[in-house]
Amino acid sequence: MIAFQYARATDVADAVRQMAGDPDAKLVAGGTNLIDLMKMDVELPTKLIDITRLPLKQVEETPGGGLRIGALVRNSDLAYHAQIEQRYPVLASAIKAGASQQLRNMASTGGNLLQRTRCAYFYDTTMPCNKRAPGSGCSAIGGHNRMHAILGTSDACIAVHPSDMCVALAILEAKVHVTGPSGDRSIVFADFHRLPGDTPQRDTNLDAGEIITAVELPPQGFARNYSYLKIRDRLSYAFALVSAAVGLELEGDTIKEARFALGGVAHKPWRDPQAEAAVKGQPANAATFARAADVLLREARGYEHNTFKIDLARRCLVRTLTQAARGTPQSQSSKKIA
Amino acid sequence: MADSRADPKFHSPDNPAARADVSAGGEIAVSLKINGTVHALTLDPRTTILDLVREHLDLTGTKKGCDQGQCGACTVLVDGRRVVSCLTFAVMHEGAEITTIEGLAVGGALHPLQQAFIDHDAFQCGYCTPGQICSAAGLIAEGKAKTAEEIRELMSGNICRCGAYTNIVAAIQQAMGRS
Repeated sequence: MIAFQYARATDVADAVRQMAGDPDAKLVAGGTNLIDLMKMDVELPTKLIDITRLPLKQVEETPGGGLRIGALVRNSDLAYHAQIEQRYPVLASAIKAGASQQLRNMASTGGNLLQRTRCAYFYDTTMPCNKRAPGSGCSAIGGHNRMHAILGTSDACIAVHPSDMCVALAILEAKVHVTGPSGDRSIVFADFHRLPGDTPQRDTNLDAGEIITAVELPPQGFARNYSYLKIRDRLSYAFALVSAAVGLELEGDTIKEARFALGGVAHKPWRDPQAEAAVKGQPANAATFARAADVLLREARGYEHNTFKIDLARRCLVRTLTQAARGTPQSQSSKKIA
Repeated sequence: MADSRADPKFHSPDNPAARADVSAGGEIAVSLKINGTVHALTLDPRTTILDLVREHLDLTGTKKGCDQGQCGACTVLVDGRRVVSCLTFAVMHEGAEITTIEGLAVGGALHPLQQAFIDHDAFQCGYCTPGQICSAAGLIAEGKAKTAEEIRELMSGNICRCGAYTNIVAAIQQAMGRS
């Protein structure tokens, strides 16, 4: 780990001020991913600005009937927050599916959005990686790519975004509130993370020097018909091979509104309005769910070791839609898949 | 009290002293309460809580397994919450209360979890045990796990390569019954 200057931010404006004009400065909150990457010399900040004392730790109701989650709310506090468990259970479930309780006790809401891929080549500084060293090449293409993306890839990068929480935030159509040198703005969740294209070093559309202050949830939480299902190599504490978040609004047996997204398959949570439109007004049955998967995965492409993910993602999505429609969401402690 | 062992030349075992850019960071004063004793320290900001307790304070009960947040051997309680001490810098915790495995026993009497781990033979090599016990103390304080299934899920951040999981769950259930 290289040496760095350590400073504490006194308020959000101070954090923005300290970040301004210093491209080698980084904010630190939970630190669970950043410190790991610093130990590996993947992240090389010369200054760390500790934001853990900023007043961004509240979960508040918004005038519009939603919730505003402060960027420093811990993942574990959010997962067990009464309002989240009751009104947005798909978010609570997704958070509980990720990491371990020790890490959730440390990790912040904003930091979860900003965590980097766990692609082994991104971590290995002796190997080419366009995300870590732009222009050096992608070692995963033609390498060990079992964990890698099947959707939205480019010739420059096939890494996946590792978050579970973000898959749920995608279907809830959360808004990310940020503050920066040019003031405040909010970013709709679908536009927050990027596909790799030819700039895989940029994970998000945050501008230089911007800080996440809150994540806002709209009122609709799909509390009746939802599920989050994560398929992985062991039953707990492993990153997803594929995962699915689903929220349905049913009228009798008919799908009035459907939201669904996949995790572990792309550089961002994979959601597609075309796939959701294809099932709107349709009966909530196996044929409809298969159609949803067909449309969502229509451009899926496997690499040498991960072609199995295409079928796995299809089955995972169909199962998660079925669980949501039946009102029998996946439990994150019982590992039986209903 | 002042920390008599504070060594201004201390650097983490990653040996950053070998790096040319070592002078970029200044040392930071921080005060932490560890197992009930206040320590006023001056630290290289790179020092994790794990390296602090092991290398500065000779509290070697907390174990370094992976040093990457993947094994749970370094679990300690910070202000009562279990965390992996390898992934957090000590200077970020000014004023915090840290409890390591050495701080669980009270007045020479074993903590109920320590006794339960002995009663159930919940270890073989013992390397993961301090982390398992600190994690279980955090788990019990959280109050979210009631069933064996829930204990297994919420203890999944603590890896035991000897495979003593069955006995670890039994030990935690015994301690839960007493707390």
